[in-house]
Amino acid sequence: MNRHVQAALMFLVGGAVLHAGTTDLYLRYVKAGLRPLLLVAGVVLIIAAIATVWYERRTRREDHDGHDHREPRISWLLVLPLLALVLVSPPALDSYSGMRAGTTLPPHFGLTALPAGDPLRLTVSDYADRAVSEHGRSLGTRTITLTGFVAFDRNGSVYLLRMLLNCCAADAQPVKIGLSGQVPPVLQPDTWLEVTGTYTGRQTKDPVNNGVIPFIDVTQAKPAPAPADPYESLG
Amino acid sequence: MLVLLPVFALQGPIRRALAAPAMQNWMTVFVAVVVQALPFLVLGVLLSALLAVFVPPSFFARALPRKPALAVPAAGLAGVVLPGCECASVPVAGALVRRGVTPAAALAFLLSAPAINPLVLTATAVAFPHDPRMVLARFVASLLVACAMGWLWQRLGRPEWLRPSAHRSSGGHGKGAAFWGAVRHDVMHAGGFLVVGAMAAATLKAVVPPAWLYTAAGNPAVSVLTLAVLAVLLSICSEADAFVAASLSQFSLTARLAFLVVGPMIDLKLFGMQAATFGRGFALRFAPVTFVLAVLGAVLTGAVLL
Repeated sequence: MNRHVQAALMFLVGGAVLHAGTTDLYLRYVKAGLRPLLLVAGVVLIIAAIATVWYERRTRREDHDGHDHREPRISWLLVLPLLALVLVSPPALDSYSGMRAGTTLPPHFGLTALPAGDPLRLTVSDYADRAVSEHGRSLGTRTITLTGFVAFDRNGSVYLLRMLLNCCAADAQPVKIGLSGQVPPVLQPDTWLEVTGTYTGRQTKDPVNNGVIPFIDVTQAKPAPAPADPYESLG
Repeated sequence: MLVLLPVFALQGPIRRALAAPAMQNWMTVFVAVVVQALPFLVLGVLLSALLAVFVPPSFFARALPRKPALAVPAAGLAGVVLPGCECASVPVAGALVRRGVTPAAALAFLLSAPAINPLVLTATAVAFPHDPRMVLARFVASLLVACAMGWLWQRLGRPEWLRPSAHRSSGGHGKGAAFWGAVRHDVMHAGGFLVVGAMAAATLKAVVPPAWLYTAAGNPAVSVLTLAVLAVLLSICSEADAFVAASLSQFSLTARLAFLVVGPMIDLKLFGMQAATFGRGFALRFAPVTFVLAVLGAVLTGAVLL
């Protein structure tokens, strides 16, 4: 791989990273907080590509021995994430990976009282934490709204899922909430749903890891648009 | 053309294969690891190029104690100031060796920096709110193992094992040319190996049934070894590994400490990057010893502190 090809590859990778960082595409893979760093990295890669071409031209003009300093073949592998990101843009993790893994709960920091609001909008992980760690004491009889996507287990039971991100999609883990009450009779996996309901003491065990899955007693469920950030994150 | 024709003919099957949930899952994880690591790789490469081009070699010789036995712990502690993960520490350690720092000291820095810097220790504290001793244990165990590896290299290491990939001098075109030449070289090198690590992590995630992990947690020895091996295979960035360790709540604290000590020192992605920076002969000898010492250090520290 000569230096011009290397420069082209760095330019394209930098451009792809900028493209992902300036649209909502990056939110499928990493946390929102990484955006500034992504943009910086993209700009640096593009500058490095331009600098490489510029210094290469100056070198060529001054000495004509035309030496090509070749990098090892492994550098070609950089083409793969470029193609994957630009041509395929793989989707955010869905119910397939969600149901493969055992349910998780965010680390329990001790809970505060619920803010005002009726119905009150909570994240799926916050609801699961309140429902499991303190048996719904702070939830009481309040009306809660949750947004997540639909997933089914092998027996056909329906769950509301949200993937919880620590750092990037590689370490995402599902938070599962069982649905009881007025659940719509026909649901497709991976459709986004806005569920309104109240806390119920019902729980079940996740067969994958014996984790506790809390339930919500649904009074209303309606389809919702997929959120810009499909994940919930820690910290 | 010969490559493109079959691709064109098999467009339908290829599209169907790419659309399978397992394949989509694999690609999402693969892209996620690359996108997450790339900014830190680029920053580490910039820092290393700055060190290589703009800091005179004599600076490091003066900053570290003359005696190698003392330079090792000093360099290990200096890891506190590099606010990054292992993707950044490999190119920086490579630059240190090229600047004439004793390899033993540079290696102690290489191993300690990704684990004991403030960013990573803060993340660890956040991930283990009920076990603040985990932060101390991580710091102590990582520094201990880094120094032990440094001193071991001092005694047993041979200079011919170490082949730092030399940056070709750019023929007197000034510091700008040298700087951007170093950046280009390191990005292409380390970037290729990062892709290998990302593919390994994505494959593991897609292939290994999660239920296996839960069975392994039962036995203390098996659980330590499992998490140590998992740390190597997953190749998670040290800024993120504490949260993953916290989520493996079915394992003992000592097993999770092993995960946190081994991961930043040696994993698939790091092995590739070390081989690229210091030579394959070095990486083949260095990696297994690091793994064994890191597991031992974690178990000892865990027995005392946790």
